Amino acid sequence: MLDQIVQLAQLLISGVAQGCVYALVALGFVLIYKATETVNFAQGELMMLGAFLALTGAAIFGWPYWVSIVFAIAVMAVLGMLAERLVLRPVLGHPAFTVVMVTIGMGYVMRGVVTMIPAWGTETYSLPTPFADHVIKLGQLVLPTQSLAVIGMTIALCVVLYTYFRFTRIGIAMQATSQNQLAAYYMGIPVPRINMLIWGLSAAVSAFAGILLAPMTFVHANMGFIGLKAFPAAVLGGFGSVPGAIVGGLIIGVVEALAGFYLPEGFKDTAAYIVVLLVLMIKPSGLFGERQLKKV
Amino acid sequence: MRFLFKTSYEQDVRLFQHGGQVFWYGLLGVLALLAPWLLSEYLLSQIVFVLIYTLVGLGLMVLTGYTGQVSLGHAAFLGVGAYTEALLQSHGVSFLISLPAAALISAGVGVIVGLPALRLRGIYLAIATLAFGIIVEEILTRWEAVTGGGAGKHVKSMRLFDYSFDGSDNAFYYVCLITVVLSALGVLNLMRSPTGRAFVAIRDSEISAASMGIHLARYKALSFAISAALTGLGGALYAHKLSFITPDQFGLIVSIELITIIILGGVGGLHGAVFGAAIVILLPQMIALAKDYLPEGATPTAGLQSLVFGLVIIGFILFEPMGLHGRWLKIRTYFTLFPFYRRGMFRRQRAFMKSERTK
Repeated sequence: MLDQIVQLAQLLISGVAQGCVYALVALGFVLIYKATETVNFAQGELMMLGAFLALTGAAIFGWPYWVSIVFAIAVMAVLGMLAERLVLRPVLGHPAFTVVMVTIGMGYVMRGVVTMIPAWGTETYSLPTPFADHVIKLGQLVLPTQSLAVIGMTIALCVVLYTYFRFTRIGIAMQATSQNQLAAYYMGIPVPRINMLIWGLSAAVSAFAGILLAPMTFVHANMGFIGLKAFPAAVLGGFGSVPGAIVGGLIIGVVEALAGFYLPEGFKDTAAYIVVLLVLMIKPSGLFGERQLKKV
Repeated sequence: MRFLFKTSYEQDVRLFQHGGQVFWYGLLGVLALLAPWLLSEYLLSQIVFVLIYTLVGLGLMVLTGYTGQVSLGHAAFLGVGAYTEALLQSHGVSFLISLPAAALISAGVGVIVGLPALRLRGIYLAIATLAFGIIVEEILTRWEAVTGGGAGKHVKSMRLFDYSFDGSDNAFYYVCLITVVLSALGVLNLMRSPTGRAFVAIRDSEISAASMGIHLARYKALSFAISAALTGLGGALYAHKLSFITPDQFGLIVSIELITIIILGGVGGLHGAVFGAAIVILLPQMIALAKDYLPEGATPTAGLQSLVFGLVIIGFILFEPMGLHGRWLKIRTYFTLFPFYRRGMFRRQRAFMKSERTK
């Protein structure tokens, strides 16, 4: 009995660690969706690019871990802003699905570029981290420092983001923009520039997610597909809700870990999608989403 | 300049609007019939792929282009069609029965997907179909007794009575051609019927459609069924063409590739499906050709291909949202109206205030 409880706790911890990554990617596109109503299918690729940049910093230039994290996040923030300015702003006002196709195209471009850069290519790399391979033993429970670090850094990022949105001028402006663009515009908030900054912020958060994911799955050109699991996370939490994205991500991570252990083979990879189909059928507005009625 | 002066209602729903169209489509038909003698084996095989993708494009055109429902899981229908065909062929069923069966089973699966679609719209529908596509791919991999699992399944050659032929024969080209022509005529007729008009009404505004007495659930499910049937038919032919199918040929990447058919070709016209299928099939070939002229021999094709593919998608949406068919319409209008063509003639109103949240 005790063994089973320990096992369950073990699964929960690894699920939560994986879920943190989903949560951050989901957070990335909830930010974008709330502000610009664009669903960014390239979020996973942004994450992949961030991981590759950190890898370049750490493994090729030989920078310390923290420096390469900052480097990757900064470069991705700039890239995110550029993407908004050059590709997404021109399609503003087009049908939603057209914009989705643009982001899918961006995903293709990023994957293509990564495989074409000689030092990156199609190979698989591992990102060296300062907390690799240690374990902390708590009674029978074995806690890998890797997972704890992921959970800790996610919490830290959430606190930073919370204070940013709650207390800084620009954070409040971003909140206003995502609640009502037109009203924000009338209040003198430069909406296009805010949208650009939100893309930068979202890309930076994704890069961070990629760096956290790197020790768990390795860095490779197709790691962006993991970002697709963040859609179920975002839908589960109600598509436009930031706390919802985090909770949704954690739930998806835990469900996946449990499904991988207790259910037959094949359920681990599809668990997230089965959950999202169920949510969409039963409660399409998600756990935290507000119910929207259409006025005629 | 040609003026179409309509004097009767029948003229409005006529398949060919004027003599010019009869001539050009007739010429295209003759060329298509003679293609096996005119073209090399390689080109013909590419054209077969274009025909198969055209079928899928027609299916997506009905669903996305006319009914306005987005699907990111269409490769699943392709897969259902392909595996149904492979299974029936392994039991020695004639393709005259197995092709419609593949279409019907795909249509059934389409209805299952279409039912929840009533409650979902826009991006939620896209995510639901994406989830569905991934689940179907997993089922195809795991259900080894029927699908052969990840190891793949061999597809027997087509048989008509005692005569058998496989995906590289001329006879197969004709099977594809006839299927595509019949399907295209079917879709054209559908779009001239009350059902087709209902689809377009749903696309333009669900609320107005419902208030005009259109049963949304029934028509959306029907649209999914028709679309899935056409895609399943395409899948069945695809299985024969490839002669060996594995589940990963029906994954998410393929679904996206299928969507790009109508995006590149142009939504809202059957020509778009043909043009789009042609680009999606020929683009990788052209990249492979262009690679020979690139200075660096070390560039991996896969990366270049995905880079160019992405750039083409973005480029089309930014600069030619109406797709290749739209570009063709513009060029044609330029010449028929010469010198009175204005740049703003095809400009569409952007709907900045149109929001999925407040709509």
